[in-house]
Amino acid sequence: MFLVPDPVVRFFHRMASPPHFYAFSERLMPWLVVIFLLLTVTGLYGGLYLAPPDYQQGDSYRIIYIHVPAAWMSLFIYVVMAIAGAIGLIWRIKLAEVVMISSASVGASFTFIALVTGSLWGKPMWGTWWVWDARLTSELILLFLYLGVIGLYGAIDDKRTASKAVAILALVGVVNIPIIHYSVEWWNTLHQGPTVAKVGKPSIHLSMLTPLLLMALAFKVYYAIALILQARVELLQRERNSQWVKVKATEEGGL
Amino acid sequence: MKTARRQRLILIGLMVLGAGIATAFALKSFNENLMYFFPPTDVVEGKAPKDALFRLGGMVIKGSVERPDNGMMVRFKLTDFNKEVAVEYTGILPDLFREGQGIVAHGKLNPQGVFVAEEVLAKHDENYMPPEVKASLKKQITPAQGQNP
Repeated sequence: MFLVPDPVVRFFHRMASPPHFYAFSERLMPWLVVIFLLLTVTGLYGGLYLAPPDYQQGDSYRIIYIHVPAAWMSLFIYVVMAIAGAIGLIWRIKLAEVVMISSASVGASFTFIALVTGSLWGKPMWGTWWVWDARLTSELILLFLYLGVIGLYGAIDDKRTASKAVAILALVGVVNIPIIHYSVEWWNTLHQGPTVAKVGKPSIHLSMLTPLLLMALAFKVYYAIALILQARVELLQRERNSQWVKVKATEEGGL
Repeated sequence: MKTARRQRLILIGLMVLGAGIATAFALKSFNENLMYFFPPTDVVEGKAPKDALFRLGGMVIKGSVERPDNGMMVRFKLTDFNKEVAVEYTGILPDLFREGQGIVAHGKLNPQGVFVAEEVLAKHDENYMPPEVKASLKKQITPAQGQNP
């Protein structure tokens, strides 16, 4: 391309080839699992044990270490999904379509976790499980967008056609992402404003912030793991008539 | 870049842009409906609904909380640092309810201009810190506030 160094371009070209991705992801997996476990253990130990209680919420605030990383991931995965959808539409790269659809269920799960933990946190702190304020409502719409993506993909038999339809839905849904992020600033909401993702210093003590960022990283690696596992299955299904899958099947003695 | 690809890229760009602009207009026109609560200033200026339920949000003024008959009924004042509204509520308050705390109350105005709440929710802030840090912050802030009441 223009400013991207050659080796990087070559890496992406190679990765876009399904057999190469399949082999590469197999070698990558153990490393990802080890990194994920290390990050999760240190993050949870730091968050649940080392971090001090909050001046206002006491120990109840510790649900932040699941709620906030899950909510960040719900937005992050949606953006990845939409970008992969756009790449699939423009360059017709099969692997981009696979990444898009494999992200949807992971993203939906993180959105669901964010909503449920938020609700569990809301009851003791705010005094209610749920309110229809802008932040909560837009996050719920995000869950429906994910479910729409999954449903639409399943409803169309030809997977290349399905990917195009899903990519357009995902791209239109991107407007919801800034709405979720800025909802607490644009409108009056019961949900409080941003703590970390804002201009200036985060409004959280460093001893509490460090485990939060570790957990955020852990969730990112978990996403990579879940994405790769899903994408490998999806690839095999789509490429079941191609030579490399047949060779792979006989090598592993499956058929 | 090949022409077909460039066309698709432009088409997708326009689609996202179009969806964004349409949503922005829709949100702009529904802006007031998307507000979860009215601030006290709107209520004092008569912008809040007269005979309907609505939500009122603000900070509980320090020293304004009182229980006139020593029962479940609480009376306090809410402010947005501009105007004040008196609120009455009968029921159990959330744990985070205290003076100087942001809350959202659901109810309606009575003819005397007092907001009779049916439900009170606590709105906690975005700050997280250990109790010791809060205590030392208070010590630093108190003299400064004394100079500028």
